[in-house]
Amino acid sequence: MRVDVKKTYKLYIGGAFPRSESGRVYELKDAKGEFLANPCQASRKDFRDAVVSARGAVTGWNKATAYNRGQILYRVAEIMEGRTFQFAEEIVAMEGVNFKEAKAQVEAAIDCWVWYAGWCDKIASVSGSTNSVSGPYYNFTVPENLGVVTVFADQKSSLLGLVAGLAAVLAGGNTAIVIASEKYPLSAITLSEVLATSDVPAGVVNILTGYSAELAPWVGAHMDVDGIDVSGLSKKAEEEVRLAGAENLKRIHRFNQFQSLGRIQAFMENKTVWHPIGV
Amino acid sequence: MIVDGSESSLKSFLSGLPGVDQVGAEARAAMLATRSIKTTSKNWAIDTAISMVDLTTLEGADTPGKIKALCSKAVRPDPTDPSVPSVGAVCVYNDMVNIARTHLDSIGGQYIPVAAVSTAFPSGRASLAVKKQDTQDALDNGAGEIDMVIDRGAFLSGHLGQVFDEIVMIKELCGERAHLKVIFETGELVTYDNVRKASYLAMLAGADFIKTSTGKISPAATAPVVLVMLEAVRDYFGMTGKRIGVKPAGGIRNTKDAIKQLVLVNETAGPEWLNPGLFRIGASALLNDLLMQRMKMRDGYYASPTYVTLD
Repeated sequence: MRVDVKKTYKLYIGGAFPRSESGRVYELKDAKGEFLANPCQASRKDFRDAVVSARGAVTGWNKATAYNRGQILYRVAEIMEGRTFQFAEEIVAMEGVNFKEAKAQVEAAIDCWVWYAGWCDKIASVSGSTNSVSGPYYNFTVPENLGVVTVFADQKSSLLGLVAGLAAVLAGGNTAIVIASEKYPLSAITLSEVLATSDVPAGVVNILTGYSAELAPWVGAHMDVDGIDVSGLSKKAEEEVRLAGAENLKRIHRFNQFQSLGRIQAFMENKTVWHPIGV
Repeated sequence: MIVDGSESSLKSFLSGLPGVDQVGAEARAAMLATRSIKTTSKNWAIDTAISMVDLTTLEGADTPGKIKALCSKAVRPDPTDPSVPSVGAVCVYNDMVNIARTHLDSIGGQYIPVAAVSTAFPSGRASLAVKKQDTQDALDNGAGEIDMVIDRGAFLSGHLGQVFDEIVMIKELCGERAHLKVIFETGELVTYDNVRKASYLAMLAGADFIKTSTGKISPAATAPVVLVMLEAVRDYFGMTGKRIGVKPAGGIRNTKDAIKQLVLVNETAGPEWLNPGLFRIGASALLNDLLMQRMKMRDGYYASPTYVTLD
């Protein structure tokens, strides 16, 4: 008989896997109500550390060409593919669906990731424009990244919702802090292990597990966060985030679709350039 | 009189100093670094640390404009909040002293001294005549503090008398006009024993402050090094009744590091040292982090580097 080798579930901050600085964990039950795992209950200080590492990674991630970002994101999908079984098993345990349904969700999530990866070097062509102006000028509008975006991952879909939130933010050239679903955090933890081994620079993605409502006001008020995807928050927590986020005019959005161009555009800023004709 | 100034008396005193327990010093420094300073204590610590900052720019690319901007920041670190104290001093290269002094005086910062690095900073490799002239220039331009480097080459090859004489000479130049800080560049002294020896050597030679590093090489102001230096000033006070200041410089980049230094001071030298007259922190980036932490304490939410000056 073998002794069980149990897994310690950790956070993902700045390319490392620390425990919560608070030392807290919360008990995660599976779909049948039995003990499943003890994920970290991230504190506001873990979030603060994640913002510091995300901010530090913005320049490097944005300096990579859009084409290169697309390649890196596609690489993530390749590595996810190899973990299909693990992702599916975890979805079965958490959501209580059968293996076939779980596997279908994993495949949809990987496809969704590839879809967003493909947009990296196309978004500027589709979303940008050449504007006609009254004068001898070329006038272009190009979308640029916003900076640091916090994603409250979808609460109901373990992997697909998470991927939709994260990949859209990354495709726009932003760095991200993901607050994983409270009930279904294992997919996020496994995804962090995928990200750590697939060329995504440290700090570009940071993943926290814990109670969204506890972290929400700190996310909303943090002056160094530029955008928030509140899709995974309750209406009440969203209102709190919107009030706090008004201080530095954060972009705060909720989305209904997993795959949409709007999710990328929501966290980009349009830059308009004037250039004289004939010079 | 502990030593009579001769090389032999100096050597016999310094070699009679007990060695530093390396493991003990590192463990003690690490233990003190775990102290958690919160709420009102933290508020006090942040303001105290701000008032102890020697706001420094020592770059080849320094311009008069940059020095002036630094001076304005020294007087009013956060222009949006007048309750933030001014920093301890402005620290620049000797040809910038005049610009700094004039600008400080013109914006109401008369009380902020200008510190000049001297004696062929950062290497200390120059003739005695050049080192003297370097110091004299800075004094003539209005430097209130002189940060001199010791000749590490001489120290490491055992020419302690030479190092001693240089400090005495610079101290004589400073006279009553300027405070003298002596920089050891502890990263080049190799052992804690050497740091302890250098500390006593500088104090005996008349230093008003002992300073860890130039900030040009790493490691700089590590906690165990500062601990050894604080023990030296404490024991020197016991021997002579004279309080010498300590200035860690280099590598102290955030509020946590700064507060760790304050804990070290309080627990080693004692609370008498917790004032800008006896403890300074040589830094540039640190001030912004202190300001951001101060905003966090005031507003209740995390601050962004976008809201403090770039420098």
